[in-house]
Amino acid sequence: MDLQSSETADMQIVTVNEARIDAAVAIRFKDRMREVTGTGAPHVILDLAQVDFIDSSGLGAIVAAMKQLGATRRLDLAGLSANVDRVFRLTRMDSVFTIHDDVAQAQAVYAG
Amino acid sequence: MPESFRLEFPSEELAVRRALERLRHWLLAAGWDGAVPGKVELVLGEVLNNVVEHAYDGKMDGLIVLSCRARGAGLAFDVKDAGREMPGLALPKRRPAKLDCALDDLPEGGFGWFMVHELTEDLAYHRVAGRNALTFSVIPDDQR
Repeated sequence: MDLQSSETADMQIVTVNEARIDAAVAIRFKDRMREVTGTGAPHVILDLAQVDFIDSSGLGAIVAAMKQLGATRRLDLAGLSANVDRVFRLTRMDSVFTIHDDVAQAQAVYAG
Repeated sequence: MPESFRLEFPSEELAVRRALERLRHWLLAAGWDGAVPGKVELVLGEVLNNVVEHAYDGKMDGLIVLSCRARGAGLAFDVKDAGREMPGLALPKRRPAKLDCALDDLPEGGFGWFMVHELTEDLAYHRVAGRNALTFSVIPDDQR
């Protein structure tokens, strides 16, 4: 599970360099997220622009990754493809996460 | 392009991935575009991983048979396995996850069958001669 992280003072961007977050990799994704977001910025943006498939196991792992951040840090999502967006809308999880069109939009929201 | 698709594969997550990939190629070659291939992959991913995890309980030598053919405006699917029956010999209910709760209580599972119900028509389950058979259709949004 290839995750790449970059960080500024109050924002961490975690880029998923994978095409799928599915049942075969959901646990690895959750564990890798725990590693890369162990300490850090109050806002974490998960960049899903390269992901074209998420199933219910992948969705559960993203929810778990948000819970791992605790009460004071937030996990936002960015760059959802149509297939990924469908999963969040169908399950109403789009009401739980703040979803940005892309990383640039998230950066604009949290700048300053 | 043949009008139907049939694939047999073992009850294992990476075999499911390969089956989904072959099905997607068949759908694209058969002229299905727009949202249909994505919806089909989501539904079949849930259904097939359920067979792997629950019907075969993680045992990787079970057989899964997936068939698909064009029917009416959409696609008719048939998934068979020789694993354990569905609890109560019935499909899991169409039940959305409860999200009006504290962050820590948000569900990390239970989304799969709800999405399958939402994205399919004529979803039916039968247990015949020690085998599970799940049938359903996926129809383009503008034909539903």
